[in-house]
Amino acid sequence: MTLTDLSAIRTTDITKTFADRTAVDSLNLSIEEGELFALLGLNGAGKTTLIKMLCCLLTPTSGDAVLLGDSILTDPNAVKQKLNVSPQETAVAPNLTLKENLELIAGIYGSTRTEARSLAGEMLESFGLAERAGEKAKTLSGGMQRSLSIAMALITNPKILFLDEPTLGLDVRARRELWRKISALKGSITIVLTTHYLEEVEALADRVGILHEGRMRAVGTIEELKTETGRDSIEDAFLSLTEQGQ
Amino acid sequence: MRASFLASRNLKEIVRDPISILLGLALPIAMLALFTQLGRQVPNAAFKIDNFAPAMIVFGFAFLTMFSAMLLAKDKESSFLLRLFASPLSSADYMTSYAAPMIPLALMQCVATFAIAFLLGMHISASVLLATAVLLPSAILAVGVGLLMGTLLTQNQISGVGSIYIVIVSIFGGAWMDLNLLGGVLASIAHALPFSHGLEAARAVFSGDLSSIIPHLIWVTAYAMVVFVLAAVAFRRRMRA
Repeated sequence: MTLTDLSAIRTTDITKTFADRTAVDSLNLSIEEGELFALLGLNGAGKTTLIKMLCCLLTPTSGDAVLLGDSILTDPNAVKQKLNVSPQETAVAPNLTLKENLELIAGIYGSTRTEARSLAGEMLESFGLAERAGEKAKTLSGGMQRSLSIAMALITNPKILFLDEPTLGLDVRARRELWRKISALKGSITIVLTTHYLEEVEALADRVGILHEGRMRAVGTIEELKTETGRDSIEDAFLSLTEQGQ
Repeated sequence: MRASFLASRNLKEIVRDPISILLGLALPIAMLALFTQLGRQVPNAAFKIDNFAPAMIVFGFAFLTMFSAMLLAKDKESSFLLRLFASPLSSADYMTSYAAPMIPLALMQCVATFAIAFLLGMHISASVLLATAVLLPSAILAVGVGLLMGTLLTQNQISGVGSIYIVIVSIFGGAWMDLNLLGGVLASIAHALPFSHGLEAARAVFSGDLSSIIPHLIWVTAYAMVVFVLAAVAFRRRMRA
């Protein structure tokens, strides 16, 4: 079996150009099934653009990506059925209860009302939100809204999950709690994580990709990146790989 | 089926906001009561209850525009729409699920306004059912305008543009006066816009002039179709942006 056979995500020269700016430039990347892949980069590096293309929210200017056998260009509906996303900002319906939020997402991915109710109950239990199931989402703390947002992404049983800065703005305890939940998913779901917190990458990622000015500067484990750059920490390695003018 | 989950959510988001109920139902009803009373002191055919009740319903529909526009814009700005766009829903699913919940709200507006009009002395008969049916294209038009605004504008912009829209509906809809009193260009603009036609169709039901209903409805329906096509095109562009 080749590496390609194990790929959950494989991009081929994927490029996105906006007017006179190239946000993602001929990017080739392979992420294996069950892997937690951290995508790092400075602001404007092209992370969000890449993820939006992989989620079929943006059409590439050129190139393609295949997610578990389906192309984002030729079969976006099949791709969308396999993935889910927890956006950077907390994307919950504020006037719906926690249970209703979960049922909504299950329903729009094809569950019947009975199935949606059952799945929502399971997710509320596994994320420790069952006691507040009947409360409106807008009454939750930031950390609990993040948990709900991730639970909404998982209720559809995605094969690929995109987590866009999932712990942004959370306190230390809430962040550690979310890390624990994300760690528990490793191996069963392919996760693409974007974050600016390098300690989060060290705690969670199997491999790391460093994007800079739309190009993938380096891909590897944390140790491989340290060795490649000759630096002692992931932060120094990251800074080395994203120096201006490189 | 998938769209029905989102439609149900959209309805809940609106009805759970007390300001929506206050603006969409209570305000038109309060104005109906106020101006009907005024009409008893100052003779003005526009304020006669048979004429004014449907006028307040058409006025109330302008709030459906605001509800649908604000809900869509809020979702767009909060990343909630991004989450939905990553799902397998189609653009037709979105249009349906944002528009459909407004129809029961429109029916609620009709029922509540006619009920209060009855208490204020309006003779209620089976014609109320026909009038409600005749008013529905105006409600659909209002929702279409809301979806177009929600797709193209931000919440802040909608606050301003929506207020102007409500004033336009109010003035050019013929609720307060005979539009011919506007004279010249303004009267021509009022007759070219769909709002007064929706109202005139409902008034024709109550006056028994059934033959004039269809031409007015064609006018409103044509506008509604154009607005929905524009909203659908804008929404599809938004999904791909």
